Amino acid sequence: MSEPGDDLTRKILRALETDARRGPRQIALLTGLSEAQAADAIAALERRGIIRAYRAAIDWGRVEPERVVAFIDVSVTPQRDVGFDQVAARIYRHPEVRSVHLVSGGHDLRVVVEGRTMHEVAAFVGEKLAPIEHVTATNTHFQLRAYKEDGLILTEEPTDDDRLAVTP
Amino acid sequence: MKLAAHVQAIPPSGIRRLFDVVAQMDDVISLGVGEPDFGTAWRVREAAIYGLERGRTSYTGNSGLLELRQAVSAALRGRYDLVYDPDAEVLIAVGVSEALDLALRALLDPGDEVLVPQPCYVAYPPCVALAGGVAVAVGTRAAEGFVPAAAALEAAVTPRTRAILLNYPSNPTGAVPDEAALRAIAAVAARHDLVVISDEIYDRLAYDAPHVAFAGLPGMRERTLLLNGFSKTYGMTGWRVGYAAGPEPLIAAMTKIHQYTALCASRPAQEAAIEALRTPDCAVQAMVDEYDGRRRVIVSGLNRIGLPCHLPRGAFYAFPSIAGTGLSATEFAERLLVEARVAVAPGDAFGVGGEGHIRCAYATGLPKIEEALARMERFLAGLPGFVPGRAAAARG
Repeated sequence: MSEPGDDLTRKILRALETDARRGPRQIALLTGLSEAQAADAIAALERRGIIRAYRAAIDWGRVEPERVVAFIDVSVTPQRDVGFDQVAARIYRHPEVRSVHLVSGGHDLRVVVEGRTMHEVAAFVGEKLAPIEHVTATNTHFQLRAYKEDGLILTEEPTDDDRLAVTP
Repeated sequence: MKLAAHVQAIPPSGIRRLFDVVAQMDDVISLGVGEPDFGTAWRVREAAIYGLERGRTSYTGNSGLLELRQAVSAALRGRYDLVYDPDAEVLIAVGVSEALDLALRALLDPGDEVLVPQPCYVAYPPCVALAGGVAVAVGTRAAEGFVPAAAALEAAVTPRTRAILLNYPSNPTGAVPDEAALRAIAAVAARHDLVVISDEIYDRLAYDAPHVAFAGLPGMRERTLLLNGFSKTYGMTGWRVGYAAGPEPLIAAMTKIHQYTALCASRPAQEAAIEALRTPDCAVQAMVDEYDGRRRVIVSGLNRIGLPCHLPRGAFYAFPSIAGTGLSATEFAERLLVEARVAVAPGDAFGVGGEGHIRCAYATGLPKIEEALARMERFLAGLPGFVPGRAAAARG
């Protein structure tokens, strides 16, 4: 019924990205589908791996102020046939690693790592990441403050609606 | 102090009284707000800040910044294939409100009549009266999607009729006539040599079919004044900037009044408006999709709780019938506010055909809309004699 990239699919995905708790009933209301159609469409998107997970957006800095996040630029010697993929896989399989991207510029992989303490992150870089075969250099940047993550501004409280309550 | 009789004759706004009550209450969910809940985009605010930093704070020419008039002209060409000369056929005004006032003052001699399909935006009849004219109401019906019948418009034409004032998509009904209905209205305008003032401030909020610009209908460009602005599409209500595009003699006459009254629209607002017109279409589309989702939620919710509501095709208003409650629109709105803490606008504030209806704006987030619907449902359950689903009697 719906194909990835069509308008309806986009509407469903945007509605779920805004609020993952929306169920088929609400998605149906929002898009004009029947509830059964909405449920089918969502199930298909899950099956195809387009919807990967349903999650809460959490500002962990307010729960664990000591938590450490590091952005690590990793230089890699690419390998015949597999390029960067094999090294990337050896990195992203570690649960401490939050994200891994292959990027253009002075380095190859941009890795985000989380830990409870700076020592823990330093140990991860020194003992797990840097020694991986074909990793030639690492450059670690510790996060000092998170302003915005995944489209959410973390450093400003939501502002009150200052519109007049009844306007023409 | 003695005040002018024609000013005193204008009744106070039916919405104003409600607003005074709301101001003293807590925990009110407002479906009464006729402005977007999306604030002005940061890129637009930033452009205004840059303008201020560079000291761009002087008057502009009376017609507005040429760069903005060019951008408006380009936007109208791109969107509707309408060609307006930025030098002579576009005027930047202090919102559509000022542009409308200028147009009416430029067109009307004392006693001239303007046909105003109703329910309509609350300011139209007073603006006509303040310009010395007479607003002639042409009622529309829920059963016909609040679209005026050309025959009803034509029946209201007299030798004094000078103009028709249209607003599609409509505040307060969300009505959007299809192209055939618009062509029938155009034929009436042509037959009786009327000017059409077309307030298209909600043009981007047309959900079911692309917006049809009235001036783009055959033969209409030379007799149509197109009004639009930045408030609704770009969340810029407080900036007060809008524009008029139309035939040169009318724009020239409006500019003459404007230069002696407003002088020019606010400079920082004009700088911001230039940037607003550079907003990528996908950003506007994302907002339209969000409103579209809310529209479906609120309309299905209103119908479910027993307030029959047609699916509005544009703007961000639902206009359900409250006939089943046995209350007048004003009674309903006041009791709903006091007893259920939900603010809506009573339909009779919008003129003929509005009684028996309320206007519910969905320019507010979904969780609030859902909570408002739940409160309204409880309120209705406590109303003795409520007949769910009864629609308003047809009104001519």
